[in-house]
Amino acid sequence: MTSEHPSHLAASLRRRGWLLSAWPWRALAYLVSTVPIAGVLTVGLLVVGAPLLPVVSTLRRQGRPPSIALMLFLITGSIILVALAPIVSFAVGVVERWRVRLVDNRPLPSSPWPGLAARYRSAATWREVAYLFWLGGFVPVAYWVFLVLVLLDVGMVTSPWLAGDSEPVVIWQPIESTGEAVPYAIVGVLLLPVLCYGVGLLAAGQAAVARWALTSPVDAAALREVARSRTRLVGAYEAERRRIERDLHDGAQPRLTSLTLQLGLARLDVPEDSPAARPLAVAHDQARGLMVMLRQLVHGIRPQTLTDLGLAGAVRELADAAPVAVTVHADIESALPEIVDTTAYFVVSEALSNVARHAGATRAEVRLSRVGGDLVVEVSDDGRGGADPARGTGLTGLADRVAAADGRLLLSSPPGGPTLVRVELPCRR
Amino acid sequence: MSPLTRVVLAEDEVLLREGLVALLTRFDFTVCAAVGSAPDLLEAARAHEPDLVLTDIRMPPGRRDDGLRAAVALRAERPGLPVVVLSQFVQTGYAAALLDSGDGQRVGYLLKDRVAEVTEFVDTLRRVTAGGTAIDPDVVRQLLHRPRDPLAALSAREREVLALLAEGRSNASIAARLHVTEAAVGKHVGNILLKLDLPPSDDTNRRVLAVLTYLRADPVG
Repeated sequence: MTSEHPSHLAASLRRRGWLLSAWPWRALAYLVSTVPIAGVLTVGLLVVGAPLLPVVSTLRRQGRPPSIALMLFLITGSIILVALAPIVSFAVGVVERWRVRLVDNRPLPSSPWPGLAARYRSAATWREVAYLFWLGGFVPVAYWVFLVLVLLDVGMVTSPWLAGDSEPVVIWQPIESTGEAVPYAIVGVLLLPVLCYGVGLLAAGQAAVARWALTSPVDAAALREVARSRTRLVGAYEAERRRIERDLHDGAQPRLTSLTLQLGLARLDVPEDSPAARPLAVAHDQARGLMVMLRQLVHGIRPQTLTDLGLAGAVRELADAAPVAVTVHADIESALPEIVDTTAYFVVSEALSNVARHAGATRAEVRLSRVGGDLVVEVSDDGRGGADPARGTGLTGLADRVAAADGRLLLSSPPGGPTLVRVELPCRR
Repeated sequence: MSPLTRVVLAEDEVLLREGLVALLTRFDFTVCAAVGSAPDLLEAARAHEPDLVLTDIRMPPGRRDDGLRAAVALRAERPGLPVVVLSQFVQTGYAAALLDSGDGQRVGYLLKDRVAEVTEFVDTLRRVTAGGTAIDPDVVRQLLHRPRDPLAALSAREREVLALLAEGRSNASIAARLHVTEAAVGKHVGNILLKLDLPPSDDTNRRVLAVLTYLRADPVG
């Protein structure tokens, strides 16, 4: 969301010209539509709180204790209502999530009905129940206070007209004449925008509470689960690539080499003028072409340097191929999980090619280290900095790769440099 | 070359190992041992003291660079032991590790594909056994295409000459290849050595230094 179009009421309040925008009206609509819902809930709340009333009155009058039958009746009603609250709160939640759109453009989706038992078990349900009590208990009180203020202001603004009547108008003190009322009227008019902002603040506060109470935390758990399964998937995919690379390298490639060698040997003993010489030469050439092709294919499946040299060696190899001077500090001894190896390799590869393409650097440094359970990869250069993921320097794709491995990528690249890319990859086995 | 060059061969894939044995035997090498893993290679080389070790890089038990490490270890035990390693793909690091072992002479680093060029492959083996150095043209090309300052000073023709030098060719062979006189090649080589005589500043120049090491080591195959 840009600041040009605030996505919700609270954000809009900080903008100039708020009073002239649609927001105050949206806030008002939100408050007004709250009234019937809060009203119904207040009645329910009074029933829940009913058993307290005889107790309170008894204490005040020091009279007879309330009858047992009455108390039992009230308490039963109270318990039944509390027990029904999770069901009521579901319906209210659906309505409230829809209604909050009046002052908030960010969607707040409702989950489908989860079934009765599940409804009573989830923490989100009881958050909604708490919201129910808040909406029926606290909100009406706040509205009354605000309504009193509004009526007071209306009285002040209209006091010059009312003061001429027989009855004196009472604001703080009795006002007898129109002349006395004028200062009150002026203050009243000045307070009008303040009240408008009050409407905005009230609605914004209420919407914030609604958003907090009605956002189901289920989503976060689901996201974590998705991330985990994605990591598993990427890991499995990586292991599969490695297996294919191995099978080709250890099986197909040497056999093809052997075949080509045999053809080469055969050509030595076949005289040039023999009818077999030409097809044999063609076969030999084709086999050689196939060897080159297979070699490129295997390298594309997985960098073989990684398989043979491990991460540190493969990174040194990358550093050697870079057009700027690169120093490598590798402080990793134990073997890393497949996905960490590969991700780290691509991070360094991409970061170094960025250095070559954009940074205008003369030297770069790659650091591999273990910090706690993480592998930390740092690539720094002395270039001009100002690397911006939004400008498509391959950093975004890199971040995606890192995220798939459940890691995170940090970038520091002030204009004028130096640039540092830091990637942290968890090494849980 | 004596007809009795004794070779220890290491290659884990059986078919290729047998093919190499057939090739070597046909060209009058004596294969003392043909093994399939790095420890066996070490054992066989120590037992037979061959004139040449020919080994694959990626071999059991680790299936990484075990063959290469065995070769480097053998060179450390017997400086000057001719070693040719076969690599499935271009890997400058391997070439450097090999060239760094000993004085950079009597070593060969070849792509496995070269095995298919039977006669050239055998020539390379003979050159290394006789004290030369042979680096695969693809590896040399990768080294020369790096925009490193010392190499940037070379003219296109000098690069060509350097590439052929790195393959371990003699001046005469280069002259024939480039259709120039041998004297012209000598002049190019002189210029190259003059231009490249720079102290290496850091680790990143190690590869280039490796090429230089054997370039300075009288490259007359």
